[in-house]
Amino acid sequence: MSGTRDITVTVNGATYPVSVEPRLLLVDFLRHTLGLTGTHVGCEHGVCGACTVLVDGDSARACLMLAIQADGRSIDTVEGLGRIGQMNALQESFHTHHALQCGFCTPGMLMTATDLLQKYPLATDDDIRRGLSGNLCRCTGYEHIVRAVRAVVDKRKAAP
Amino acid sequence: MKPPVFDYIAATSTDMAVAALAAAGGEAKIIAGGQSLMPMLSFRLLRPSLLVDINRIPGLAYIEEADTCLRIGALTRHFQIETSPVIARHLPVLSAAMTHVAHLAIRNRGTIGGSLSHGDPAAELPMIAVLLDATLHIESVSGQRAVRAQDFFLDALTVDLDSAEVLAEIILPKLPPNTGWGFEEIARRHGDFAIAAVAATLTVSDGSIRQARIALTGVGPTPVRAAAAETLLIGHALENKLVESVARAVRAAIAPEDDLHASADYRRHLAGVLTDRALHAAWRRAQGEP
Ligand SMILES: Cc1cc2nc3c(=O)[nH]c(=O)nc-3n(C[C@H](O)[C@H](O)[C@H](O)COP(=O)(O)OP(=O)(O)OC[C@H]3O[C@@H](n4cnc5c(N)ncnc54)[C@H](O)[C@@H]3O)c2cc1C
Ligand code: FES
Ligand code: FES
Repeated sequence: MSGTRDITVTVNGATYPVSVEPRLLLVDFLRHTLGLTGTHVGCEHGVCGACTVLVDGDSARACLMLAIQADGRSIDTVEGLGRIGQMNALQESFHTHHALQCGFCTPGMLMTATDLLQKYPLATDDDIRRGLSGNLCRCTGYEHIVRAVRAVVDKRKAAP
Repeated sequence: MKPPVFDYIAATSTDMAVAALAAAGGEAKIIAGGQSLMPMLSFRLLRPSLLVDINRIPGLAYIEEADTCLRIGALTRHFQIETSPVIARHLPVLSAAMTHVAHLAIRNRGTIGGSLSHGDPAAELPMIAVLLDATLHIESVSGQRAVRAQDFFLDALTVDLDSAEVLAEIILPKLPPNTGWGFEEIARRHGDFAIAAVAATLTVSDGSIRQARIALTGVGPTPVRAAAAETLLIGHALENKLVESVARAVRAAIAPEDDLHASADYRRHLAGVLTDRALHAAWRRAQGEP
């Protein structure tokens, strides 16, 4: 039988030694075991993007990974980006450009955009749209999200 | 919890993985990127007794250049293939195909071995393996064997792999000199599985086609090589009349089905249109145009 296994996972810089059942999804581990409910769960099969987190710096669907696979790895969630009053540049840009309404998709959008910004030049709005195509938003019509990411790209280009 | 109960081991060598698979007597499943397997577990379409995780096997993710081919380790992530300069130089049709595979978060984890082993009828990597005449290296406790990509895809989600076997390496011959390529796909949304896609290569010398390859995905249970259509091109320069007859031969070579995403007729129509575009792109590139 399966039983539980001891693993050690670092989440937003803090290390958690925990015991998990092999079938526990990473997203349920974050939300239920650690109480980090910033990471959202939509479809639970990889298509909506709401659960996107960073695993050792690369974006990944937390509903398509097992907690046990995160043993020894470092996870970053939306809670690690900033806090109220001290949001990071991307979060500020979402705020300024009205890139959210209900906010359900926002954690996944932010984590996906974080990885897009570190991996691609995002020269055109089409590149941004394509990059975000795996994240569903039912409210904004996406336009303001694209503008928020565009503003961060432009600011980076302006800075040396 | 959504997935059914299973036991789990993180293999640290291919030997350890194949031993665990053999010991489980057909009840175990390999997990690579998990990007196709995890949804199937969460939907409880699969109930393996054991998951054998191959993500911690060192040396299973690599892109190596040899004289006439590239060797790709089964655990190589889609994102690595998408951004590899070696692949961009020798197999640009593969680099182009990768930009159509899912979304960044999925490409960061999904692997070439997983994609080929899963055998989705609308996936890009199986069609590229068939297009490029890939050879797949497979290991198990009883030894090793090699399979041609052409013979590997048996039916939708069904490939020539035993439950105790691991796909270890994919060998892709380099494109010959003076070869142009084209890749054309239609999907509902960028990154979705193809409604239909066509990849083609043309090797040209003295103004006529010496070798032609056309592969399709999304138009049947397995990727298709349109061999009869390829033959029509040999010895000729590309012109519209010829392309029309090749597109007709491609349409005749496939048996698409209706589903939620598109009708069989629309897929057949697309197969012709995309063949036309892919051949023109390949012809242009064979003349050294970008
Ligand atoms: C939202 C979404 C969109 C997607 N869109 C696309 C798309 O447009 N095009 C596309 O091609 N793919 C798409 N995919 C699938 C993605 O490419 C997967 O990464 C791929 O199909 C499976 O690779 P994996 O490494 O994740 O395999 P896994 O999910 O880990 O495994 C898949 C299957 O292969 C077996 N397996 C894995 N590795 C091996 C091995 N080395 N030897 C033997 N058996 C093995 C497993 O046991 C399992 O049965 C999408 C996935 C999602 C979630
Ligand atoms: S909840 Fe993970 S992608 Fe939808
Ligand atoms: S803001 Fe409501 S889903 Fe995107």
